[in-house]
Amino acid sequence: MSRNLVVIGAGMASGRALEHLLQVNPGAYDVTLFNAEPRGNYNRLMLSPVLAGEKTYEQIVTHDADWYAAHGVTCRFGEKVLRIDRARKVVIGENGEVPYDKLLLGMGSTPFMIPLPGRDLGGVIAYRDLEDTQRMIDLGLKPGAKAVVIGGGLLGLEAAAGMKARGVDVTVVHIMGHLMERQLDPAAGFLLRKALVDRGIKVMCSANSQEIVGENGHVTALRLADGTELPCDLLVMAVGIRPATKLGAEAGLTVNRGIVVDDHMVTSDPDILAVGECVEHDGALFGLVAPLYDQANVVAQTLLGQEARFVNKEVSTKLKVTGCDLFSAGDFADGEDREDIVLHDAAAGSYKRLILKDDRLIGAVMYGDTADGGWFYNLIRDGADVSAMRDMLIFGPGYQASTPAEPYGGLCSLTG
Amino acid sequence: MKNLQFAPASTCKTTCPYCGVGCGVLVSPEKTGGIKVKADPDHPANLGRLCSKGTALAETIWLDDRLLHPQVNGARASWDDALELVAQRFKGTIAEHGPDSVAFYVSGQLLTEDYYVANKLMKGFIGSANIDTNSRLCMASSVAGHKRAFGTDTVPGQYTDLEQADLVVLTGSNLAWCHPVLYQRIVAAKKANPKMKVVNIDPRRTATSDIADLHLAIAPGGDAALFNRLLVEIHEQGAVDSSFVGQHVDGFDDAVNAASSCDSTVTGLSEADIRAFCNMWIGTEKVVTVYSQGVNQSSAGSDKVNAILNCHLATGRIGQPGMGPFSVTGQPNAMGGREVGGLANMLACHLDLENAEHRSAVKTFWAAPDMPEAAGLKAVDMFNAVAEGRIKAIWIMCTNPVVSMPDADAVKAALEGCDFVVVSDLTADTDTAKLAHVVLPATGWGEKDGTVTNSERCISRQRGFLPAPGEARHDWDIMSDVGRRMGWHDAFDYQSPAEIFREYAVLSGIAGQLGRDFDISGLSDLGDDAYDSLEPLHWPVTAIRAGGRFFGDGRFFTPSGKARMLPIHFRTPQSHPSAQYPFRLNTGRVRDHWHTMTRSAKSSRLSQHLAEPYLEIHPSDATRLGIAPADIVRVTSPQGASLLRALVTDRVHAGQVFAPMHWTAQYASAGRVDTLVAAHTDPVSGQPESKASVVNVEKFQAKWYGFAVSLAKPRADTAYWAQARSGDGWRIELAATDTPEDWETYARTLLNAPEAQAQIVQDPKRGGARIAFVQDGRLIGALFVAAEPVQVARNHMAHMLGNVAEDALAGRPSADRPDPGATICACFDVGVNTILAAIAEQKLVSVEQIGAALNAGTNCGSCRPELAALLAASHVQQAAE
Repeated sequence: MSRNLVVIGAGMASGRALEHLLQVNPGAYDVTLFNAEPRGNYNRLMLSPVLAGEKTYEQIVTHDADWYAAHGVTCRFGEKVLRIDRARKVVIGENGEVPYDKLLLGMGSTPFMIPLPGRDLGGVIAYRDLEDTQRMIDLGLKPGAKAVVIGGGLLGLEAAAGMKARGVDVTVVHIMGHLMERQLDPAAGFLLRKALVDRGIKVMCSANSQEIVGENGHVTALRLADGTELPCDLLVMAVGIRPATKLGAEAGLTVNRGIVVDDHMVTSDPDILAVGECVEHDGALFGLVAPLYDQANVVAQTLLGQEARFVNKEVSTKLKVTGCDLFSAGDFADGEDREDIVLHDAAAGSYKRLILKDDRLIGAVMYGDTADGGWFYNLIRDGADVSAMRDMLIFGPGYQASTPAEPYGGLCSLTG
Repeated sequence: MKNLQFAPASTCKTTCPYCGVGCGVLVSPEKTGGIKVKADPDHPANLGRLCSKGTALAETIWLDDRLLHPQVNGARASWDDALELVAQRFKGTIAEHGPDSVAFYVSGQLLTEDYYVANKLMKGFIGSANIDTNSRLCMASSVAGHKRAFGTDTVPGQYTDLEQADLVVLTGSNLAWCHPVLYQRIVAAKKANPKMKVVNIDPRRTATSDIADLHLAIAPGGDAALFNRLLVEIHEQGAVDSSFVGQHVDGFDDAVNAASSCDSTVTGLSEADIRAFCNMWIGTEKVVTVYSQGVNQSSAGSDKVNAILNCHLATGRIGQPGMGPFSVTGQPNAMGGREVGGLANMLACHLDLENAEHRSAVKTFWAAPDMPEAAGLKAVDMFNAVAEGRIKAIWIMCTNPVVSMPDADAVKAALEGCDFVVVSDLTADTDTAKLAHVVLPATGWGEKDGTVTNSERCISRQRGFLPAPGEARHDWDIMSDVGRRMGWHDAFDYQSPAEIFREYAVLSGIAGQLGRDFDISGLSDLGDDAYDSLEPLHWPVTAIRAGGRFFGDGRFFTPSGKARMLPIHFRTPQSHPSAQYPFRLNTGRVRDHWHTMTRSAKSSRLSQHLAEPYLEIHPSDATRLGIAPADIVRVTSPQGASLLRALVTDRVHAGQVFAPMHWTAQYASAGRVDTLVAAHTDPVSGQPESKASVVNVEKFQAKWYGFAVSLAKPRADTAYWAQARSGDGWRIELAATDTPEDWETYARTLLNAPEAQAQIVQDPKRGGARIAFVQDGRLIGALFVAAEPVQVARNHMAHMLGNVAEDALAGRPSADRPDPGATICACFDVGVNTILAAIAEQKLVSVEQIGAALNAGTNCGSCRPELAALLAASHVQQAAE
């Protein structure tokens, strides 16, 4: 007799977990899936290509209605979960309660909104879901439309580039000295900024937002601390996310910044598991997709009674803005014990920086030519000793033959 | 090579200006404005063969570094002012200090007509014998040996003897690199005649050793002892030609006695090898012993020559087909120079300066006012006299003694301190011309017109096919002008080289009447047209004789008419290894460079083979001294110091090192190996001992090593640098003890690229840097730096220069990477071909496995459907197969 599994949140992490679970043992659970959004799982990472007009929503749906039907998943989409009653082991939704044997939390995160005056005005949005995306797409239909994006990180820049592609006059306001400071060093950030400016996006770094100005309940401008006013019809805040922990906290689970899970993705309640952006594992929060998928695999196995442990590995980042090729992986902070190999190509406008520690590659930042990103990522992930290939390391896997095929190993100009 | 005006309408037959083989070449104009050089199939020296240097002649005649007008103290001057200054300074110096206060130092590169005028001006009119030639560095011991044995400086045989011989002994000769066409002739002969054997006697194993049936790695300087032993064996084995010796040779007993007392173990050879050699030599009647600089450039060079000649005289194996001693000369006209008296101890036409009858005949013929009675200063003594201020004015023509003389730094200092230095050359960019007060632009190969004589006494024409560039003039013309300005109008009123040649042919007739070998009086009436069309011919050329071998008839040119065998006592080289200088330094040539590189270095092709100066050192010595292959080594001697690239090889024996002698200050910071060579000379010939100096070797402690390519000529100032032309630009090796503050700034200066866009890779902790400069999408220069000898595919970079600069900084071609195909996984840039290949090769069956193998689909995951589709398609295809 199969048991009840209730899943809260149809995001990418829980979607992957279900996929895995149902593939390995389709009969293990009767699954009920709650989602506050009135739809199933789509690839949230691909909202930017949708915004940029490079993909349609249909193309980014990962699990459509047929899939859920075929796998016997009971979908309760568009229904908010009000409460978890751990004593009775039921999930209480707006339309009634569902008992669970196991509960999987995948509520994801909520965008962080800076508490600026005027943040409740109309036209002030985050960049999180299809609704936000549609707002930005619609803005492009209005001639002469202006938008301000607060936040020069991955998401903010994708939003800016997408709106620009739809004809919107976009200004990016970033509080830090260079763009994507969590992924890029200043040199790469500079090249990225130049590329965005070249395509007509205004970029203001080291810029402090002070107030969102509005008229008739709708945003009209962003005012900066130095008094500059940036008129806009839409203001997008993309300054970070917060794990969605409310349900878990109210249910009495252990919550720090996120819902705390162990290596098996089990919360402080052995029958409640959690996955994705809502969790905190070993003090770490998660925003990039690769570790979420790892978590999804672990949580699925745990649900099936298999031994699996989540290990937080290095991640790599790639900006999905066509024409701005950048790649970042690992740790690239400066440090006494770290060594850099840096490539600048002014002609091609490209940049690569490798960060080594103890003869191992620990970080890589690339702008312009990212073709070898995967290779570097593997070296970081595997912790390979790169001392023997150091001279040629930055040139990628195509140049790792041990010596040039020339006399004397190409060490001098003697060939006779 | 652009816009050369080719004078003749069609092909020009001329002679190669490099080594003493004297190959004929055919030059024809190319539509592109350059020239094409081919081997002359009809020239007796090469019969259609040509070596790398000859083949590349077309690449050496462009005007890039040519001097186009006279210079006085570095400033452009008119010919009138420059020559008036030369004439007046020489006249004034002679008036004040006597004729021996001036000197000419000339060259085996000069044509016979130039040489004749130089000798006539100095010995006949200035009245000094202070004219010597760079042939002193090359052939003087052979001259002395020939004269002692034969009574005259005569090469007995001809090149066909090399092909007719059953045994060719190559001693002190890297024929494969230094006389490649003769080497090729021997290779072909050996192939055609399987019983033919070759013995190579050389302390080093060289390219020549490849054809040797026996290589004798003799101790430096051991030749005389080896040939003494051979003489003893000839005697003991009853191989003496008693009839020939009895009738035609003096000194046999003394020679054999001296040889008998010689210890052959000083050769460093095993008794078995010595016996094998002696038995081969004695047992093979048709034997030619070829010898070159390894024999000549020695403080016992003349004795070595005579030790060889003794063996041929004792067996009568001389002047007969396929047998005889054979001196091969280094320079294109060393022989011509010897014929006209270019050496300080000779008169023209093999007449002797110190013979009153000879002197008188020449004085009368020239209507000379004054003739010296004693030999002048030989090269080493000449520059010593310059250093001591006894010679106050010197005119150096067509040679580069600051590079080629032993103790070269002392020669440099001597010229720096000399009151008046004149240099005639193609370019002012030579180490010697840079020290001159007056530099005169001379014509070069392709422009000059005259004759040269090769190692087998073959006179052939060098013909001009290009106009003199700028204001350049022929050497004979420049010297004649100075002669006239010094007051000797009639004697130097020459209008053409043909006129000079005829005068010289007439004088040779007088020499012939005085019993000398060199007689070309048969050419005395040669008209201008006949001179122009003169075919190669072997001297003598008289009414009764044309060419052929000498001495087969037993007639020699000594007073007695008999040859002389000399008692030869082995002498070690004059420098002795010590704790301070433990290595014996050998010097020599490389395959693709010529002398001090003024011509061969203009060819990119010739510059690639060995593009920097180097030191061959034995692996055991290198290991002991902590020297790794391609390290820079500092070589020091009591005379000087050099920085050279270490070439670790067992081609040299432990305790011995070898360095090529070509590099100059124009091409390397410290590659002039003659600065290391002691100025010890042979007491008879005055030839320096260039191959047996003693040196110390240590690793140069470089902070960084570099390699660069550049379209602009590099401007290096590092302790070690060596540059060579490459394609349309340059390549340069660097090593230094100071690290620049900023590599990009340094590279911009070095490669003269102030504005170009830069590509830079830096590894500051490791000391690595790579900088490429790009202009209009093309690579104009690149510098590679590392803390160790920098690993770059140098030829690849050289070819990249001027081309699209993609991946220039990698410094090597990428491995054969298959085309990844259209990108499927954008996060990790994984292409469709890569994925399909991995599915097939690694037998992947799931999207997860693809992810594990290639990372594809492991980030955003949006390509997972495409991965799944690729998997399905692959498996369908596999199933169908």
